[in-house]
Order: sequence, then structure tokens, then C-alpha cells
Amino acid sequence: MKTKSLLLGAVTAMSLAPAAFAERGADGHVNVIYWQAPSILNPYLSGGTKDLDASAVVIEPLGRYDQDGNLVPYLATEIPTLENGGVSADLTSITWKLKPGLLWSDGSPLTSADVVFTAEYCMHPEGGCAQLAKFEGVDKVEAIDDLSVKVTFKEAKPNPYGPFMGAQAPIIQKAQFAECLGAKAPECTSANFGPIGTGAFRVTEFRPNDVISFEANPNYRDAAKPAFATMTLKGGGDATAAARSVLETGEFDLAWNLQLAPDVLANMAKGGKGEARSGFGSLVERIMVNMTNPDPALPEGERSTAKHPHPFLSDVAVRQALSLAIDRPLLVEIGYGQAGRPTCDLVPAPAIYVSGRTECMTQDLAGANKLLDDAGWARGADGVRAKDGVRLKMLYQTSTNAVRQDFQALIKQWWEEIGFEVELRNVSASVFFGGDPGSPDTFQKFYADVQMYANNFDGTDPEAYMAAQTCDKAPRPETQWQGENISRVCIPEYDAKVAELGKTGDVAKRAELVKELNNMVTNDSHMIIPLVDRGRVTGVSNTLGGFVLNTWDSELWNIADWTRIK
Amino acid sequence: MLTFTIRRLVLTLPTLLVISLVIFMLLELAPGDPMAQVPLTVPPEVKEKRREALGLGQPSHVRYLKWVYQFFVVEPSIMIDWLTSKSTLLGWLPDTSLYGGDLRVISWQTRSPVMDIVVQRLPQTMWVVGMGYLFGVLIALPIGIYSAYRQYSIFDQVGTFISMVGFSVPTFFTGVLLIVVFSVNLGWFPSIYDTTLKVNSWDSFLQQARQMVMPVTVLALYNAAQISRFMRSSMLDNLNQDYVRTARAKGLSERVVVLVHVLRNSMIPVVTVIALGVPQVFGGAIITEQVFKVNGLGQLLIGAIEANDLPMVQTLTFIFALLIVVFNLIADVLYGIIDPRIRYD
Repeated sequence: MKTKSLLLGAVTAMSLAPAAFAERGADGHVNVIYWQAPSILNPYLSGGTKDLDASAVVIEPLGRYDQDGNLVPYLATEIPTLENGGVSADLTSITWKLKPGLLWSDGSPLTSADVVFTAEYCMHPEGGCAQLAKFEGVDKVEAIDDLSVKVTFKEAKPNPYGPFMGAQAPIIQKAQFAECLGAKAPECTSANFGPIGTGAFRVTEFRPNDVISFEANPNYRDAAKPAFATMTLKGGGDATAAARSVLETGEFDLAWNLQLAPDVLANMAKGGKGEARSGFGSLVERIMVNMTNPDPALPEGERSTAKHPHPFLSDVAVRQALSLAIDRPLLVEIGYGQAGRPTCDLVPAPAIYVSGRTECMTQDLAGANKLLDDAGWARGADGVRAKDGVRLKMLYQTSTNAVRQDFQALIKQWWEEIGFEVELRNVSASVFFGGDPGSPDTFQKFYADVQMYANNFDGTDPEAYMAAQTCDKAPRPETQWQGENISRVCIPEYDAKVAELGKTGDVAKRAELVKELNNMVTNDSHMIIPLVDRGRVTGVSNTLGGFVLNTWDSELWNIADWTRIK
Repeated sequence: MLTFTIRRLVLTLPTLLVISLVIFMLLELAPGDPMAQVPLTVPPEVKEKRREALGLGQPSHVRYLKWVYQFFVVEPSIMIDWLTSKSTLLGWLPDTSLYGGDLRVISWQTRSPVMDIVVQRLPQTMWVVGMGYLFGVLIALPIGIYSAYRQYSIFDQVGTFISMVGFSVPTFFTGVLLIVVFSVNLGWFPSIYDTTLKVNSWDSFLQQARQMVMPVTVLALYNAAQISRFMRSSMLDNLNQDYVRTARAKGLSERVVVLVHVLRNSMIPVVTVIALGVPQVFGGAIITEQVFKVNGLGQLLIGAIEANDLPMVQTLTFIFALLIVVFNLIADVLYGIIDPRIRYD
């Protein structure tokens, strides 16, 4: 009798035990939908966000950015800094230390050789690595011992967190990719479709542009994680259908990037199966003002180049009037809803870099009119202003996209109210952003007076982003029309400040410089007219716990911490 | 008949080569850039390097000839190797090893062989779109026959109305309508097709059936609308012929008159129409696949076009062209077999 009750007690205790602490694979299956289907799981061969996000489930970098843009160690023991001695005093090298005892999902140990190999893989001259920019300025990457890696830069690098940091530069396994260097990279299909990683899951089946099946990585460093045993990442369809599957039918747990009209999302959220969350990063929808003359009468090769300043947009009063005439809060309400907020800055985040000027937030048509009157632009009989025979007639172009066309229509109306004549044009995104030097319709060529699109910067450091607006980065025939200074901004003082930023290591000073640079091109000169700080909207099921929306890293960055809310 | 078939077969080869060249030139001349979807944060120099790695640096005629070699020599040799070594049908043949390791047609998006993805996508397209077509034909034939036999009856009017609806309402509307009613409101069927589902038990079969109901319905409605109109008008043409009156005068039953005499003659043009529609099955139903996330060949094509994945678009469109040429030939031969009046020689 005694033994029986003892046994009973033991059985009860055992059956209760699993509930007391989390266990790997205890929460079953999780479904994620991406309306753009991942094509490949090797982020070095694809620049697409969908592919980066999917690969983040399997392969990990040494450190990631968290939801506030802070650096968090993943495979490294800590983030190397000047203070802890990981970054050399002259800012030319950084030494990473790996956590001891890490295993790949195939059971072999992760060593510094894998990290060195990752750099070799991406920096191979024939590989066509999509993340080469992350390794810019790297002189050499060497293993000091089994667990330490030293990256040496060619010159002082105030922001040394390019290589091996964030979703774009994860560590790949040397044993798996050793034969895939350079031109051979695309031939390694099975490795590109099923990389061996250190992440919470490993790939069981990859169907390109369709669906990926994952299972928990048996060698993951935290024995209690991930809570889910298996995961499906389905791709395809459109944003509406993806939102519906999470918010209305509850078939899926997470839907990525729901760029939908605000009322559509609000209606779907009434389904009660989930909610739409938004997070903000550095993506800013802006109007770029052409500082050079795009007149078709000019000879080819001189159009939209520094040879010919713009006849009226080189007048700061005209540019300021353009900015003042825009009702940014209304644009946000119509186009983005919870996924946007008005901004006057090119750098909208992280907080330390934000200038926070607000004078552009309220529309001021009277003020804009007055500016133009004072500058001598007088209205003609048809209501269009002119001065010395120059009429304020503009071509306003953007890529084909429903929200952008709405914006164009609204802004055209406001600009016409202050005496501009505006012609609208939209170009297919694949051509507009295509960068074909032979096409007259690319955003780099900028054969228009103003154009609208969105851009952001990688990671949390805006240095490269600010450096893109220097005089020498203007697209022109000599550079095959490549270059990121789309507005053709050319302010010597700006270039000098950018050079200073490149030599400054102190964070507070850097932040000050970035704010100044930001204001020099936006709030003070209006060469770039920021409109909307665009966030990312994610549909999250009510039963999915632990998901943290992160705009600085992969959407699936903390997948190991996800759980099922019962 | 045999000489005709052989002559037509010989003629297809130059036709196909011309088609492939036209497709290549169209894609070549169309604007677009495989790097357009890459975020703007990637610097232009890196994009240029990647274009070179994709092979875009080479002149177009070199790229075309490479593709022709890859498609007509390398891919078939892999296919034959597979057939003789692994397939159940021809596995008894001695193993061949024709494939010598030449570069295959590689997709720019996935950096993997295009044909592997096509083979992976075929089953779901065949199941969903093929079933849609099959059900469409099965529904269309009886409706067409009865509508013609009872012309202007209520059945005919209703049939005409339904086929007009099926014909004129686009599948992206009917598809979404079905999803909203049956997935969102009633919760009967899944709104997203699970391509990883393996049918190996009664339960998984039921699940497969449930997820196929809506896409197949949408496609069947659309196909049935078209084919039933053909069937009806073809029946009407024949019902007023003299031989029908003769058959009735002989005292044959209505059943025999309609289903044997009239139907057989009416089927001649309809069979051609059905045969010519089969390549569309392989082409996938681009919109329907997209709506229900079936991710078959149609979705593959549209994704490749959006990403400017030229090798994929080129190969897929060419496969569709190939199927159309082949089924045209089949339709012509079938025509000769069904209709004794037609002789090609």
C-alpha cells in the first residue's frame, strides 16, 4: 500500500514537472507567412530582405541589434568596444571573442576558422557577394586562437561593426562552404538552400520561392529553447492575403510587412485573432530636389549634371516654399496610418542622431506664398509664378505604387495652389530603381525636377548614409550614372563635416555632427524634403508570445524566444 | 497521316528555335534590372559586381547561345540520366551518364537550376489547375449538350447566365469572394494552400481535398463557362442537319439520336478546343495560384518576372511555347482521327 502511494506520488510529480520549466519543442508548431517568398538562404548571394530574414532563423552573426538599436552579443561573449579593449585605441582593429562550446547544428564545433572563412567567402573578388559593403575597408581577418578573431581595417574605422554584425553578415560553416568560393558560389545549391547554422532552427526542406520547413536545432546553445519544435515559413500571395491569414482566419502566427491601407488593416483587426504592430527604423519617404538642370534641350551627358544649375530650384526660397506647402500629417493619415509618422529629418532614428526639428510639420500655404512673393516670383495671368522669364514648371516623378500616386496627386494640388505648374510621372519600380545607365528613367539619372522615393540606412550608424550626399557621389556620365547623392548636393562645408565624422570615435560628438549634417541638407537648405518616417507593420497572432518587432535587424531575430500563449 | 505527323514534327524544330530567339530578344529589349529589388542601402559598385557574377557582362548573342546549349543539350542529358537510373518507368535500362558537369540553366533569384524548381512545382500545378480543367470539362459537356437540346428553355437560360458570369467575372474576384465567405466567415476551408502536405493517410487526403476545393471550384467555373459555350453551339449546328431528321425518321430513340449521332459529330471541334487548352494547365493559372498561394508554375513565372530573373522567365515561357506547339500537333492529329472526312495526305 505504501509503495503504491509512493509510486503514485512519483508519477504525479513527474507529470507535473514539465509544466514547471520550459522545454525545447514543447509548444509544437509555428506558422510564419511572408508574402514575398524567400528564394535562397544564403544572405551573401541575395540582397533581398525576405532572404535575409529567413536565413536569420538558421545562421547567426556574432552580434545583433535589438529593438532599440543596441548591440547585443549572439555568438560573441560581448560586444567589443573601446572601453573593454575589444576595439583598438587607433580605431583600426576589432577583436571578437566567441562563446566557448558553441556547436553547429550538425554537431561540429564553431571556431574562429569559420568566422575567418565567412569573410573570405564574401570578400572573394569573383563571388558577387551582396553584402560586400559590410566588409568595406577590411584589410584582413585573422584567427588569433580558436575562439578569437581580429578584424584589421585599412584605416581608422569609427564604426567597426560592419563585418559579422546584424542579419546581413552571419557566420557560415567553413566545412560546408569551403568548395563554394568565388565563381563556384551559385553551384552549391544544397548549401545555399540549407546552410548549417548555429541558430534556433535548422532547415528540413527548402522549396525556393514557396515554403521552408524548419525543425528545432538539437545543438542550440540554450537547452530550453526554442519552444517550438517545428516551423513553417510560407511565401507568396500578397500583403492583404497574408494579413487575412493572421488577423482574420488565424491560420498563421506572424505576417511580415503588411503595407496596407490603414482602413483595410483596421477592418481586419476586428477579426480578433491577432493585432497589427508597427515599429520604426530609418526608412524615410522623401522628395529629392534636383539641384541641376534636367532640361531635355540640354545635350545628353550634360542634362542633370553639375554643369547646369537648376534654373529655379537652386533658389532656397523656392525649395522652402515647396516644403512648407506640404501637409505631412495628412499624407501619413491617407497613405500609411499606424505605419508612418511625419518627419522633417533624413535621419529619423536612433534617438541620439535625431535633430527633431518640427517647423515643417504644419502646412503653411500663406507662408509659402509670401516666401515666393518676397523672392520676386510673381504670379502670371495663368496663376503660375515666374521671374526673369523662368516659369515655375516642374516634372515630379516617382515609382509606380498606389500610395506614391496618391501622394503625388495631393502634393501637386498644394504646389499648384502656391503658383507652380506640376506635371506628374510614374515609372515602374524595376526600371526606376534598376540603375541601368542606358535608361533615361532611373532615379539616378533624375531627368525630372523633383522625385519621390524612400531610403534608409543599414544598422544603426548613419555615417555611410550621410557620406552619400557629398559632392563626389553625384551620379554623372563619368560614373556611369552611379552614385547616391541623388539631389546633386554640393556644399563644401558638408563634405568637410563628413570627413570629420569619419575620424571621430566619440559617440556624443558623432551624434552632434550627424544632426548638423542632417539639417544642412534638409531643414536649412531643403535640398531633400523628408515627408514620412515609414515603419514596418507586422501582423501577430494573439497566441504567439515573445515576438519583439525589431526594425534594426531581421524580423525573426529573436525566434528562439517565441512561445505559444495557451 | 504518318508522313503528315513526321513532316510537322520536323517543322517544329526551326519554329521552336525562332520562338526561343524571339522570347530572348523581347526579354533583352525590355527594361528592367535584376538588382532593382535589392535595397538601396547596397552600394552601386556592389550591385555592378553582382551583375557581372550573374553573367550580365557578356554580349547578348553569347548569352543566347549558352542558353540554347544549356536548354537543348545539358538539361535533356540530365533528364535522360535520371530516367535511366532512378525512374520506375525506364529504370531497367542501363544507366547512362550523359551529363558531363556543364553549367545548367541557373536562376538569378535562387542561384539554382531552373529545371529543378520547375519539376518541384509541377505536381501542385497539375493537381490544382489540372483538376480545375478536368472538372470544368466534365461539367461543361453535359450542360452544353442539354442546353442545346432544350434551346431557350429555363435550363438553357440559367446555363447561359452562369457561363456568362463564369466567363466575365475575373478569377481574382471569385477567388477572394470564396475566401471571404468560406475561410473567413464560415471557416470551412484554409485560405492558404499547404504545398508541403504529403498525402499518406485518410486524414491527410481529406485535408488535401479541403484545400483544393476553392481553387478547383474557381478554375472549374471559369473553364466550364468557356467549354460549355463551344459544346452548345456545336450541338446546335448539328441538331438541324438533315441526317438528324433521317435518324429520327428511322425511328431511333431520342437518346440515340442525340448522344450517338449528334454528339459524336459535335465533339469534333470541341475536342480540338479542349486539347488546345491543355497547355494552359501546365502554364498554371497565374492569378488563381497567387490568390490561393498554390505556388505552382504560374506563381513561379510571375515572381520571376517581378524579380527580373531572365533565365527563369526565358525557360518557363519557352516551355509553355513548346507545349502549345506540341498540343497543336496533337489536336491536328486527333482531328484527323475523329473526323474521317479529314485526310492530310
